[in-house]
Amino acid sequence: MLRSISTRILSRRSLTTARRYSTPNASSAYSEARGHLPHSQSPITSKLHFFNSVTEEGKQIPTYRVLDGVGQVLEGAEVPEIDRDTARKIYENMVLLPIMDNLLYNIQRQGKISFYITAYGEEATIIGSAAALAPDDEVLGQYRELGVLLWRGYGIDAAMAQCFGNQDDTSSKGRQMPVHWGSPSLHFHTISSPLATQIPQATGVAYALKRDPLRRGKNCSAVYFGEGAASEGDFHAGMLFASTIPAPTLFIARNNGFAISTPSTEQYYGDGIAARGPGYGIDTIRVDGNDVLAVLSATKEARRKCVEGGRGVLLEAMTYRVGHHSTSDDSFAYRPRQEVEDRKRSDNPIARFRLFLHSQGWWSDAEEEELKERLKQDVMKAFKKAEATKRWPLSELFEDVYGGEQPWNLKEQKKELDGLLKKYGGIWEPWKNELKKFKDN
Amino acid sequence: MNLYQAVRDAMSIALLKDENAVVFGEDVAFGGVFRCTMGLAEEFGRERVFNTPLSEQGIAGFGIGLAAMGHTAIAEIQFADYIYPAFDQLVNEAAKIRYRSGGQFNVGGLTIRTPTMSVGHGGLYHSQSPEGFFMGAAGLKIVIPRSPIQAKGLLLASIRDPNPVIFMEPKILYRSAVEHVPVDDFTLPLSRAEILTPGTDLTLLTWGTPVYHCETALRILSNPPPSLAPHIPQSLRSAKIELIDLRTILPWDAETVIESVKKTGRLVVVHEAGKTGGVGGEIAAEVQKKAFLRMQAPVRRVAGWDTPVGLQYEKFIIPDAVRILDAILETLTY
Repeated sequence: MLRSISTRILSRRSLTTARRYSTPNASSAYSEARGHLPHSQSPITSKLHFFNSVTEEGKQIPTYRVLDGVGQVLEGAEVPEIDRDTARKIYENMVLLPIMDNLLYNIQRQGKISFYITAYGEEATIIGSAAALAPDDEVLGQYRELGVLLWRGYGIDAAMAQCFGNQDDTSSKGRQMPVHWGSPSLHFHTISSPLATQIPQATGVAYALKRDPLRRGKNCSAVYFGEGAASEGDFHAGMLFASTIPAPTLFIARNNGFAISTPSTEQYYGDGIAARGPGYGIDTIRVDGNDVLAVLSATKEARRKCVEGGRGVLLEAMTYRVGHHSTSDDSFAYRPRQEVEDRKRSDNPIARFRLFLHSQGWWSDAEEEELKERLKQDVMKAFKKAEATKRWPLSELFEDVYGGEQPWNLKEQKKELDGLLKKYGGIWEPWKNELKKFKDN
Repeated sequence: MNLYQAVRDAMSIALLKDENAVVFGEDVAFGGVFRCTMGLAEEFGRERVFNTPLSEQGIAGFGIGLAAMGHTAIAEIQFADYIYPAFDQLVNEAAKIRYRSGGQFNVGGLTIRTPTMSVGHGGLYHSQSPEGFFMGAAGLKIVIPRSPIQAKGLLLASIRDPNPVIFMEPKILYRSAVEHVPVDDFTLPLSRAEILTPGTDLTLLTWGTPVYHCETALRILSNPPPSLAPHIPQSLRSAKIELIDLRTILPWDAETVIESVKKTGRLVVVHEAGKTGGVGGEIAAEVQKKAFLRMQAPVRRVAGWDTPVGLQYEKFIIPDAVRILDAILETLTY
């Protein structure tokens, strides 16, 4: 016990040294001779001075960028090591996302699926970060991260099946709303609706990785969340645990400016999410989320720090939610249509990267046309197939509540429903019509 | 062993036999505020037995993450009164992960231990019995032992059960309940009630600390002290009362309880939590449905009043032997 205490003091000291740069100007008022309080490395000062490093003008945390708005490399910026094939794969996945989104958004409008959430405008953040992770890093998402699954080979068919909740939906056997994906083999933990709950869970996942001799020092958990979710208590808990216990957790905040209708100015007063990282002792970076090369580069380095250091790292990707929050939301009720159109035109992550690819000679207009046509066909084919596929058997509604033997109450309730179905299933219209959609009925 | 030693013994066995098991929570590294983790950090190392920051939602979420990776997470919430910040993680997440993922993920390795029930001077926030709040959380199991042997066997079963379990330890029994506990590895079945004394005239059902108040009430009934004797008719003193320890609150052992009530025709349920919305209501409803024709008296609930546990009023809030005795007498003479 004694030994662990002395180790902790040592590591705190080295942290303090590393953080000296942030000491306010009043440092001359600090005197080593005055020492510090027990349980603290904070030097004693005689000056009464409040500080708020994150809201003073010009002191905001900078945003890391590699490509400018027209796909040119910024002066002094280092282009991440990327070969032609990887670059093209990134681009193709970025292009696929809005094509999926378009179709799924539209078929929700036609009542074919109950709900959908698009990722318009966040393609670079999602695909760029996914490409920087190891394929077996454990990912815990919020709900706007379909791109990570697609990058890992989930496939258009599986995504479509989940949205329809048909018997090809292995993510949840039709039990969860659309966009609540999951795949253990792709190391993607099943999405749930309660916001931010995945954040402290990601820290537990990371601790498990750290305890596993086969994955220690090789993998991290990566957790995605929006800037709105970061207001939940679970964000605080997750960051705190990842730095204190500690555990290799990569926190990826998608700051897209809105939590449904609430602009980020009503979400926080400080300097975004990034400003919170240092308060937890967590290495932090803010990155231009519409610049896929910046996201790729920053995530790679963040991941390296995370895995090697065994502690949490925070990345805040600044982007803009171009689409509505979900299909249940009309965002023009709280923001001007023109603002959205301007952002779409002036700062489109896909167009930016395409210009870069052109400049490298890695992409042509003909290829662009072919890709879009092919992806549209693939998506349409998957949609037709998913639409025609029946649901899991109705009895699945009682399964998987518990592992092991099903408790008596569930057995009784299943029997009760069976009896009701026998009696009314053929004559009660709301059930009669619904039953046809299930397998074995 | 007393109860805290039995709990410690169970965790020691779990850690010894399962390399993937870890124990964590607030203040567990030095042995825990109730001594339940004494020496475990020294024995198994700080990587496996460690303190967390003071955040119940963090503890539950962290445990869920570990368990989702197939690890055995034995988490402690310092008092059951402080489990509510973790309510979202437990009810929306832990309970539903297997179901919502189509069986692809589960957190069966998660066990949340927490001290519960009255301690005589706990006031509002060191006395609560929140088991009823979790009763509607399908997917969770809730287990409450009454003694050291029970604690060890049921805790080991909870840790190994393929479902997330909330294990509530009656804190007043940590030191007061002492018995010979086998030192070897054993488990007791979950979702199985235990008949402590068989009887034919009335079923007395309870769990945790009130088991002892029930036993006291039964002793008074058969052999009343002179002060209480005038209230206890001779004819009732030889009544045969079947005392049952429910042990698992969710999913509860309806079969044993219903069988007993069908035989006795009378049921008194005793719990410390407030009456309204308490577990007793659920049991009473199921019993009246399944044993309606055999009932000779209404189901009687002896519970805490529907008030918080006011410090100086505790003796009049928590159901004690005399309230149980009175309920038995009234039910027998209905």
